[in-house]
Amino acid sequence: MKYSGLIFANLFRKKLRLLLTIGSFAVALMLFGFLAVVKEAFSGGVSIAGADRLVVINRTSIIQPLPISYADKIMRIPGVKEITHDNWFGGVYQDERNFFPQFAIDVERQRQIYPEFAIPDEQWQAFKQDRQGAIAGAATAKRFGWKVGDRIPIKGTFLPGVWEFNLDGIYHGTRQADDETQFWFHWDMFEEKVPERYKGMVGWYTVRVENPDDSLKVAKAIDAEFSNSPYETHTDTEKAFAAGWVKQFGNIEFLILTIGGVVFFTLLLVTGNTMAIAVRERTNELAVLKAIGYSDRFVLLLVLTESLVIAAVGGGLGLILAKGFTLLGDPTHGLLPFFYLPGIAIVAGTMAALAIGIASGILPAVGAMRMRVVEALRRV
Amino acid sequence: MRVDGRNGNASLINVRGLDKKYYRGGEEIHVLQGLNLDVEQGEFIAFMGPSGSGKTTLLNLLGGLDVPSAGSITVAGDEITHMSRSKLTEWRARHVGFVFQMYNLIPVLTAFQNVELPLLLTKLSKAERRKHVEIALGVVGLSDRMHHYPRQLSGGQEQRVTIARAIVSDPTFLLCDEPTGDLDRKSADEIMELIGTLVKQYHKTVLMVTHDPVVAQRADYTLHLDKGALVESGAIAQAGGGGR
Ligand SMILES: Nc1ncnc2c1ncn2[C@@H]1O[C@H](COP(=O)(O)OP(=O)(O)OP(=O)(O)O)[C@@H](O)[C@H]1O
Ligand SMILES: [Mg+2]
Repeated sequence: MKYSGLIFANLFRKKLRLLLTIGSFAVALMLFGFLAVVKEAFSGGVSIAGADRLVVINRTSIIQPLPISYADKIMRIPGVKEITHDNWFGGVYQDERNFFPQFAIDVERQRQIYPEFAIPDEQWQAFKQDRQGAIAGAATAKRFGWKVGDRIPIKGTFLPGVWEFNLDGIYHGTRQADDETQFWFHWDMFEEKVPERYKGMVGWYTVRVENPDDSLKVAKAIDAEFSNSPYETHTDTEKAFAAGWVKQFGNIEFLILTIGGVVFFTLLLVTGNTMAIAVRERTNELAVLKAIGYSDRFVLLLVLTESLVIAAVGGGLGLILAKGFTLLGDPTHGLLPFFYLPGIAIVAGTMAALAIGIASGILPAVGAMRMRVVEALRRV
Repeated sequence: MRVDGRNGNASLINVRGLDKKYYRGGEEIHVLQGLNLDVEQGEFIAFMGPSGSGKTTLLNLLGGLDVPSAGSITVAGDEITHMSRSKLTEWRARHVGFVFQMYNLIPVLTAFQNVELPLLLTKLSKAERRKHVEIALGVVGLSDRMHHYPRQLSGGQEQRVTIARAIVSDPTFLLCDEPTGDLDRKSADEIMELIGTLVKQYHKTVLMVTHDPVVAQRADYTLHLDKGALVESGAIAQAGGGGR
C-alpha cells in the first residue's frame, strides 16, 4: 500500500506514547483473557454438557440419595436408552486443600454414558477386574504425580476410615473442555463398605435418552413415575445442572462482565484522549494534506487506521500473553476443572479491541475530516 | 495581466467581481469587494498590501481552499466557484501548487516522502513517482538531501522542499503566501532566485503574496490590495523597479 509510509510515520511520531497506548490495549486484553479463563473454569461445564443426558436426583436435594431399584423402572420409560448411577465420596487425599471430585461409579455402564472420556482398553479391563481399582483424570494424576500402579489412600469424610485404591488407569477428555479432574472407583465395593443406612442407595442417576429432542418429555415422565413415593425425583438436563452448579458461586458471569466492562471503558477513555491529542497536535499537517489534494475521507481513514493498528497490535499482544499464560499450566494445579482460553474468547477479545480502536478514533477522525483547511492554517 | 475585468475570458485565470465577507460576532468584514483579475500563462505576480487587507483571503479563494461570497473564478476554463468540496479537492490536486509561509512539511516524513505526497494521489507507478520526485528535488537543488527529515534542514532548505512538493505534479499554477516571510535575506534571495527560474525556465505561472518590496521586485507585476480590490500602483511598481 503506497500510503503505508505515511501511516507508519504517523504511528511512530511519538514512540513513548505509541508504546504506552499499545501497552494499555495489551494489559486490558490480557486481563480480558484472564477473566475469560476464569469464567470458562466455572461455566465451561455448561457448554460441554451432553445434550442427550439427563440427571435424576432426589427432589429434596442432591445430597439425599435415591434407591438403586429405580434404575430398572427408569429403563422401562420410553425414550430412555441407558442409565448409570454415581455416589459422591468427598474424601480427602493427604490434605483438605487437595480437592478433586471422587465418584463411586457403575463400572458396567460408565463408558456408554460418558463416551467423551478416553481410557486405553487394557487399563479399563484391569480396572474392571480389580475391586480396589480406580481411574483418575489426567489433570488430577498430573497434579499429584500419580502413575498407573500407584496406591492412593483417601480418607473418608462422612464415611469412616482410610480407603486404599490401586490406580489402574488414567482417562483423558477427548475435547479441550472435558473435565480431567475426576476420580472413579467401583460402586459395588463402595456399597459393600458403607453403613447399613446407605446400602442400596445411589447419589444420582445419569440417563441417556434416545433422542435429545425428547429430553424434557422423558424428564417429566421420570418425575411422574416417582411422584408421591418416599423418594421423589427431580430430573433435568445435564446442562441445566451444570448451570445450577455455576450459580452456587454467585453470579460469576455478572462479576466478570462488570470488571471487563470497567476495564474496557477505562481503555476507551485513555485511548480516546490519546487519539484526540495526537490529532490535535497535527491539525496543521492534516490541513496541508487536504490543501494539496487529499480528500476529507482520506484524512478520516488515516486517523481511524492509526487507532485501529494500535488496537490490533496491542489487543493481539494482550491475548497472546493471556494464551501463553494458560499454556504454562494451571497455577491452582487442577483445582479448576477447566483452565484454558476458549477460542470464542479470543474472537470476542479481538472484536472488542477493534471496536474500542474505532470508538476511540472516530471522534478525532470525524473532527479531522470536517476541519476546514483555511481555518486550520490560520490558527498556526 | 489586467485588473479591470475587461479581458474577455481568454486568460489562464479569470476573476470577476470577487466578493468575500466574513462575519465575526454579528459584525460584517467585507474583505474583497468586486475584485477583478486576469492572469496569463507564465506570468509572475506579486500581491502586496497592509496586514489584514485580504491577501491570504484572495490566495485561498484562487487556490480553491475557500469559497467566495460572490463573483467567479475560472481557471483554464473550469469555473471553480461552484464546485463541491470534494470536486474542489480533486481540482486542487491537479491544478494548484501551494507554498505557505510556515514550511508546512510533515516532520515525520523525509524530504523525498514529503515531495512524493501529491504523487500518491495519481496513478503513477512507484518508479515513475521516484523519477518525478528526484527531478523536483533536483530543480530546487536538494538532490543530496533527499533522505533528510525537515528538522535536519535549514529554513531555506525546508522552503525549497515545499517548492519541490508544489511543482512535482506539474500544477497549472503556484500560489505562494509569504514564501520568504520566515527567512533571512540570503535564504530569501535564494528562494526568489529559484521561483524566478521556475517562471523563466519552466514557464510556471506564479501568484505570490509578500510584504517585502525587494522580494516583490522579482515579479513581473506587483499588485496592491486596496479597499478590497487590486490596483496596479504604477508609482510603487516603478519605485520598486518591477514591471515588464
Ligand atoms: N475566518 C475568518 N473569520 C473572520 N474574519 C476573518 C477570517 N479570515 C480572515 N478574516 C479577516 O479578514 C481580513 C483579511 O485577512 P487576511 O488573512 O486575508 O489578511 P492578509 O492580507 O493576509 O494579512 P497578513 O498580511 O497579516 O497575512 C482580516 O481582517 C481578518 O481578520
Ligand atoms: Mg496573510
